[in-house]
Amino acid sequence: MATTKMPIAKALNTSLRKAMEDDPKVLIMGEDVGKLGGVFRITDGLQKDFGEDRVIDTPLAESGIVGTAIGLALRGYRPVVEIQFDGFVFPAYDQIVTQLAKMHARALGKVKLPVVVRIPYAGGIGAVEHHSESPEALFAHVAGLKCVSPSNASDAYWMMQQAIESDDPVIFFEPKRRYWDKGDVDTEAIPGPLHAARVAQQGTDLTLAAYGPMVKTCLEAAQAAAEEGKSLEVVDMRSMSPVDFDTIQQSVEKTGRLVVVHEAPVFLGTGSEVAARITERCFYHLEAPVLRVGGFHAPYPPARLEDEYLPNLDRVLDAVDRALAY
Amino acid sequence: MTVEGTAARSKTRRSGGTAKRASAAKKKTAAPAKAEPQLVQLLTPEGERVEHPDYAIDLTPEELRGLYRDMVLTRRFDAEATALQRQGELGLWASLLGQEAAQIGSARALHDDDYVFPTYREHGVAWCRGVPPENLLGMFRGVNNGGWDPNSNNFHLYTIVIGSQALHATGYAMGVAKDGADSAVIAYFGDGASSQGDVAEAFTFSAVYNAPVVFFCQNNQWAISEPTERQSRVPIYQRAAGFGFPGVRVDGNDVLACLAVTKAAVERARSGEGPMLVEAFTYRMGAHTTSDDPTKYRRDEEREAWEAKDPILRLRTYLEKEKLADAKFLESIDEESDTMAKRVREAVRAMPDPDPMAMFEHTYADGHALVDEEREQFAQYLASFADENESAAAGEGN
Ligand SMILES: Cc1ncc(C[n+]2csc(CCOP(=O)(O)OP(=O)(O)O)c2C)c(N)n1
Repeated sequence: MATTKMPIAKALNTSLRKAMEDDPKVLIMGEDVGKLGGVFRITDGLQKDFGEDRVIDTPLAESGIVGTAIGLALRGYRPVVEIQFDGFVFPAYDQIVTQLAKMHARALGKVKLPVVVRIPYAGGIGAVEHHSESPEALFAHVAGLKCVSPSNASDAYWMMQQAIESDDPVIFFEPKRRYWDKGDVDTEAIPGPLHAARVAQQGTDLTLAAYGPMVKTCLEAAQAAAEEGKSLEVVDMRSMSPVDFDTIQQSVEKTGRLVVVHEAPVFLGTGSEVAARITERCFYHLEAPVLRVGGFHAPYPPARLEDEYLPNLDRVLDAVDRALAY
Repeated sequence: MTVEGTAARSKTRRSGGTAKRASAAKKKTAAPAKAEPQLVQLLTPEGERVEHPDYAIDLTPEELRGLYRDMVLTRRFDAEATALQRQGELGLWASLLGQEAAQIGSARALHDDDYVFPTYREHGVAWCRGVPPENLLGMFRGVNNGGWDPNSNNFHLYTIVIGSQALHATGYAMGVAKDGADSAVIAYFGDGASSQGDVAEAFTFSAVYNAPVVFFCQNNQWAISEPTERQSRVPIYQRAAGFGFPGVRVDGNDVLACLAVTKAAVERARSGEGPMLVEAFTYRMGAHTTSDDPTKYRRDEEREAWEAKDPILRLRTYLEKEKLADAKFLESIDEESDTMAKRVREAVRAMPDPDPMAMFEHTYADGHALVDEEREQFAQYLASFADENESAAAGEGN
């Protein structure tokens, strides 16, 4: 075992380094990823060690970043591109949705698009607008893209390498407010599959399903509920496309209740899909309707209101109480 | 009017840092064109007044003192905002330190009915438009996502998504032309922004529709950690030529030159001659924002070299030398700055956090059933805590 405690940011950095060592075709591209090491320092030191040919500071143009990454992938490279913040992916949205997602199918499977688009996403860091959004449903809705989000250091380390190894485009959502959370990383472990959900905490009364930044919030909610004598199970979904419905189903068959939690607006969010599928699959096991906790149908608010906007312990427990009251 | 730089070549290097970057650049590719075009300059770094054949300007002593006042007050405001950020009153601040001349010079060239589309660093332009300085701080404090009515001063909201506003300015200018109005529109953006597709598309639209818009690029040499050479292989002002309109590079630390060139550009737009690109060659003296650490990517010597070109100092030298300003005047401006800074500080500290229900306001102009439903649910949720508090209080009383 080679287990080290490190923050998520460091786990991502170590993982990128490993991927670049293992495969000379892996490239890193993005704004400020070189000398600065990215605004969150996820690519810190990589340009120094792998050179400007492999860690490429790009012009300030997201459509250009993703569009050229597609070309590089067609030429046999495996680009990992960084979008500086969630709100700045949209200039590249056209390239991602109309090109990156569909090219494999259009070429009858003859070309592969192993591009990873890294997006530091979601809120909780007191930023100005466009720096706190959760656009994952907009990508998960598009066939041809895989969407994942780690919630802890070990997953950050392993899922990044699995995303890079994938021959499909992966939108890799990094929970920016958890970058500094530490966890154990066993660099010699055999990781589970990229898209498998994980039961992060066993329980019997109700299932909380979440991914990325909300997993920690749900674990805290489970702990608070335990003090009141309620046993909550927490499923870390890890992937929003595909979703591992089997793992959630198993959990719900045991607990009979489900609350899905994410930061993104509830309306037409990932949670809507989970609620609908689990209702189909578990109708006779459910003791209560599937509830969702998330953002509102309103623009992400200014920083001084984000604590009100973001699901917190109280809002999760409020939904838990409502589900248990049926 | 001639377009600068097409013929002129000078051997001067921009700064020490450029040479180092150039040598570190890849050997495989040809070195970028290093020709340093002449800047339009009317006031040298030493405070000497010089003439330019295409951009003459004649200002009254009053006007010259006004430009000085604008720059000093803007710098003082900026310093105050930086301090407020350090003290936790603001979440973030994007300082304009070093860019006062580019902003004041260009903004003082505008008429009241011209319309400004800024990015997020145009505090000096806002000042000239009459936007109360504290209004700029709401979004950096995190109490709103904008903070002013764009139409009250013809000064649009700050735009954080790089380059977006260049298109808005172009469309607005197309509207101005359709209306037959004789006002102009100006879009501000950085050198990094010039790489964005939106900016290229704005150039295309404005040229094709002959829109009365001036693109004012403040080339402060850096886009966070990336030098201008990472954005373009030719000087930025030269890009305009490929779209079919003129571009000019002006000494961005020379308030007189910025005023003269922008004046010419907006007059040109107003008279129906279409768009123009002005590249103000200047320098960001501080960090990109208060979250940035420039020591990771640039050297102190570079900043020191630019300090010698300080825009405020050079105007002050000129004013003193020409006896256009005495110690009493200079002192009065410093006093005015302190008073303004104090007022801004108090105003910011007094800014209340918004009511949580404000989240649901203005999502739609017409209203929306889903928003209404969620607002109602959230109000009930918040009220449930009020009940708890009340019963807790009642419990205490027993
Ligand atoms: C579309 C988009 N991509 C990335 C960013 C993040 N970002 C904010 S400012 C900045 C650099 C901008 O440089 P420049 O255009 O030269 O303007 P300056 O800040 O130097 O005035 C970047 C990359 C953004 N705001 N918008």
